[in-house]
Amino acid sequence: MLKIFKIRKTQGYQAIPDITAAKIREPFRGLPHIESKKCSSCGQCISLCPSDAIQLKPLSIDMGKCIFCGDCKRECPEKAISFSTFYKIAADERNKLIVKSGVTPEKFMADAITIRKEVSSIFGTSLKLRQVSAAGCSGCEWELTACGNVNFDMGRFGIEIVASPRHADGLIITGPVSENMAKALEDAYLSIPDPKIVILAGSCAISGGIFQESEALQRSFMEKHKIDLYIPGCPVHPLTVINGIIDFLRKK
Amino acid sequence: MNWIITRNNKPVNINSIPLVEIEKLRPDIIKKSGEGMRPVSFFSFKKSKEIILYIIMADDENSHLLISSSPMKGKSSYESITREVSSFWNFENEFHEETGIIPEGHPWLRGVRYPHNRHNPEKMIEDFPFFTMAGDEIHEVAVGPIHAGIIEPGHFRFMCQGETVHHLEIQLGYQHRGIESLFINNRLKYPVHLAESIAGDSVIAHSSAYVQAIESLCRTNISRRAQSIRAVALELERIAIHIGDLAAISNDVAYLLGNSVFGANRTLIVNTLLAICGSRYGRGLIRSGGVVFDISPGMSEEMAAALKKVKRVISDMCEKMFETPTVLSRLEFTGTVDTKTAGDMGMVGIAARASGLQRDVRSDFPSGIYRYFPVHKITMDSGDVFARTYLRYVEIKQSIDYILELLENMQNTKSLMTPLNKPARSSFTVSMTEGWRGEIVHTSITDASGNIARYKIKDPSFNNWFGLAQSVRGNGVSDFPLCNKSFDLSYAGHDL
Repeated sequence: MLKIFKIRKTQGYQAIPDITAAKIREPFRGLPHIESKKCSSCGQCISLCPSDAIQLKPLSIDMGKCIFCGDCKRECPEKAISFSTFYKIAADERNKLIVKSGVTPEKFMADAITIRKEVSSIFGTSLKLRQVSAAGCSGCEWELTACGNVNFDMGRFGIEIVASPRHADGLIITGPVSENMAKALEDAYLSIPDPKIVILAGSCAISGGIFQESEALQRSFMEKHKIDLYIPGCPVHPLTVINGIIDFLRKK
Repeated sequence: MNWIITRNNKPVNINSIPLVEIEKLRPDIIKKSGEGMRPVSFFSFKKSKEIILYIIMADDENSHLLISSSPMKGKSSYESITREVSSFWNFENEFHEETGIIPEGHPWLRGVRYPHNRHNPEKMIEDFPFFTMAGDEIHEVAVGPIHAGIIEPGHFRFMCQGETVHHLEIQLGYQHRGIESLFINNRLKYPVHLAESIAGDSVIAHSSAYVQAIESLCRTNISRRAQSIRAVALELERIAIHIGDLAAISNDVAYLLGNSVFGANRTLIVNTLLAICGSRYGRGLIRSGGVVFDISPGMSEEMAAALKKVKRVISDMCEKMFETPTVLSRLEFTGTVDTKTAGDMGMVGIAARASGLQRDVRSDFPSGIYRYFPVHKITMDSGDVFARTYLRYVEIKQSIDYILELLENMQNTKSLMTPLNKPARSSFTVSMTEGWRGEIVHTSITDASGNIARYKIKDPSFNNWFGLAQSVRGNGVSDFPLCNKSFDLSYAGHDL
């Protein structure tokens, strides 16, 4: 018994006190910082990008495709691309994930998630999600599991992942959606009672990520249904997930 | 000679691999299996006019890899090897699914993953031929493809009599992304990013196997420091996932203190990986030719302190947990796979070692820094959930000590990346690493211009899924989660 107390005492209080103010250390790669003035349009970054996330003239990075590998930053001869440690990069529209020159964390945040009254009033204090991995590699799945551990403790904000779609208010999808998984994903969506929301977690779910060119995918779900929140990352960081959902649910 | 003998990461010219009719090769495969060798890869290679079957057998004692091949074009069937050597079971299924060539007399022919490029596109994943049982008191419990937790999809069907499971059918393929095909004609010269996503919990293990295959094809030796950093990352990955599994197993036996303590300590380890390379799973660290992040002396000290702390806490927690009767009663004698069964099925990795099999690529086929700093194999005999759980604890301590040793002996070379030579033409290379789950095998074939023409991946899950099915036989349905967590197999790694 004493041993248990000793272990418990060593552990102390593990939860991050203010999750909206937590910092991630370098060299974490969050929101890209682009300086198109420096860009010579040499195309080196495009030839290295594994997920076709970069456009030139003007230089931009699509966080919905980006896997945050950092290869472009390292190889850019003009140092026009860098990544900040800013992790609150979720947005409610697909095109908001495209980061251009001059986008700072403040500018990105100002526009990223628009308040929706019906979302705040229905789900504001309690959001239960059904997670479906549709060919996710288990990276995002591990991170979504981590969201519920003693450090991140997502449950304290009323956000939980539940076992049955019947108990859920929405879906949180990971993975590029394989053909073999397309039907099960659709079934899970249909099993959730209305009103419901759909969240995409990770670049695979958002765009197909590095699997965009695969012939084994079936992504018609994304055209058929309204997507309410996009959470970029490869994999998604728990702080990006939790803060993204909190901002999505906020009332003011 | 039916075979060419090579080693891990030692390419051979594709024309030097003996091409032997399968009728002649089959008795030799059976003989070699009887002498203790085992299949590590068995796959088809379709060229314009031919279908070649490649077979790679491992001779663990001598660190040898034996390679042979058979022309299969025009054949509609051949005599199944599985009938004599059961560890070929899934390999022959896979070969059949890709080529349509029937292994005659195969005891249990069925789909493996229903890939997009399967031989018979009419066969759909819904048509899976489930094994069935009949009888008055027999009932079936079906689970998935979507499970209750946050995990990857797969369909499980339990055939039960009362509470007792007689057989578990595991149907996979939902995760198939066609990843092997994406390595061919990729826009990028060396798409290591794909290897990082074969299984997201084995980023370092799979990307190491990939870059070692490429470096061996390019006859490029990387710096000792880069090798050390790769090994540090590989062992950190092992520690992180093992601790995560201990947390999950604690949760499944309602030992919540364990769940919290292990969960918090896993965070410390994955954050150490983030401190090195910016990703909690080690993405972006390993590139063909070396690594792109260094471990500074300051970071090395910080890491050593964190690891020593984790070791102390995990030891306290595990010693307490493994003397708690309510925990032990759930773990001991649950989900047992004996040594013979594990061997017959060709199990690998931690699950095989928990069943008493001496299999560890780090010591059997060492590559990189493991050649200079040997790892000792640790095995247990009981083959139950307890063994697979306790062995994780032992391996966590072993890996922490190993990293501390590497950090103390870090070479002072500045060079982390070595420019690659041109890849060898018409070459065949086998690259093996021991991920936390077990033996990963990447086989790469280049064409006459040096481009990748076939990339074959074998994740340890491919060997071990049937081990999980075996482990639940005779157990209660309610012990399945424990059996499952103690194996913790990858769906994506299997489905590719």
